[in-house]
Amino acid sequence: MILLIDLCYKKGSLSRSEFVDPIRDCVRRAGSLSKVLHFSEVKGDEIKGCEKVILCGTALKDNIYAKNIESFSWIRECKVPILGICAGMQVIGSSFGGAIVSQPKIGLEQIEITTETGLLGQSRMIEGYHLHNYGITLPEGFLIVAGTRSSIEAFKHQEKPIYGILFHPEVRNRWIIKRFVQL
Amino acid sequence: MIEMRLGVLFSGGKDSVFACFRAMEKNEVVSLIAIVSENEDSYMFHTPNIRRVDFLAEAIGIPLLTWPTKGEEEKELEDLKDAISAAKETYGIEGIVTGAIESVYQAARVQRICRDLALWCFNPIWQIDQVSYLKLLISEGFEVIITGVFAYPLDESWVGAKIDERRVKELEKLQNRYHINPAGEGGELETFVLDGPIFKKRIQIIRATKTYGNYRGHFRIEDMRLMEKQEARK
Repeated sequence: MILLIDLCYKKGSLSRSEFVDPIRDCVRRAGSLSKVLHFSEVKGDEIKGCEKVILCGTALKDNIYAKNIESFSWIRECKVPILGICAGMQVIGSSFGGAIVSQPKIGLEQIEITTETGLLGQSRMIEGYHLHNYGITLPEGFLIVAGTRSSIEAFKHQEKPIYGILFHPEVRNRWIIKRFVQL
Repeated sequence: MIEMRLGVLFSGGKDSVFACFRAMEKNEVVSLIAIVSENEDSYMFHTPNIRRVDFLAEAIGIPLLTWPTKGEEEKELEDLKDAISAAKETYGIEGIVTGAIESVYQAARVQRICRDLALWCFNPIWQIDQVSYLKLLISEGFEVIITGVFAYPLDESWVGAKIDERRVKELEKLQNRYHINPAGEGGELETFVLDGPIFKKRIQIIRATKTYGNYRGHFRIEDMRLMEKQEARK
């Protein structure tokens, strides 16, 4: 069972079908069950019994999650693999001391994978769909997996299986979700 | 409780109607926005027959804002921005809803316009599994007909046909065999909606003509009328 956390502005919002349901569909196609909880419902105990956690993205204008970073304190103690997508990456980075910074980008762009990982594979160029106003600085204990220090596209915790990607893998890069499910 | 006042980018096809339906579940849709392009090959807009869209807006009971464009690439984006801006001013919309499923080209451009105008942007059927979506359209009670076919191996029987369970199964087979997008996302199909759960009145087609040749066909509605739903059930 994979826990999908909805970071959108409220539970059951119109954004859920755009940012959570496509991830759920990818997880199902990868052969895993999932359940969805809104971030306001997750205190930490809800993770018990889940193999992995995915923090989903939000609409461009939605930054309610960034005003509630304290409610994600459970992330630092989490024992299972976590993948943060876009807003989810910002939440992970912020929980570990990174700063959410202005980094607006919309549309398909080339992304350079600079470090080989189990999630994104070997170093190479890929094309990814961006939809964000903000990015995140590199928190202590993380390494850059894709992009540059001033424009981080993906990072990974140096010791824990915690990943963040700023672009949206549900668009044209569903293999990333599949690899995370199978990690 | 109503969350936001929204405008829906509206073509009269199933995707914008279904997106409108989703938006109306918890929000107030105060305007349908139709861009009428003179360019039949527009990359951005499903060029609607404006009379049909007018009928549909009346059937659903939401004001229609129409905006002309010559359909020149990129210039039509300025026209779209002007139309959305006019909807913001006239109806006080806080966000835009689209029926985009796969097109990154369209989605990214609408997202940029919404960002520039400080509006929310919602795409409630974005990346949806197309066969599941067609089944959902039927189970939610939408009556959708095919008004255009533009791909091999869609034959004449598809022109004017209603999308029902049998047609969805056929589209699923064509997806597996010919990589057709079952919901027509690649431009294979054009649709029109006659009835649905958000319709105050249903549309009855009185007269239409079919043309077909070389895997291209059109179902042209020449006369139609709005019917009270009770009248339709008799």
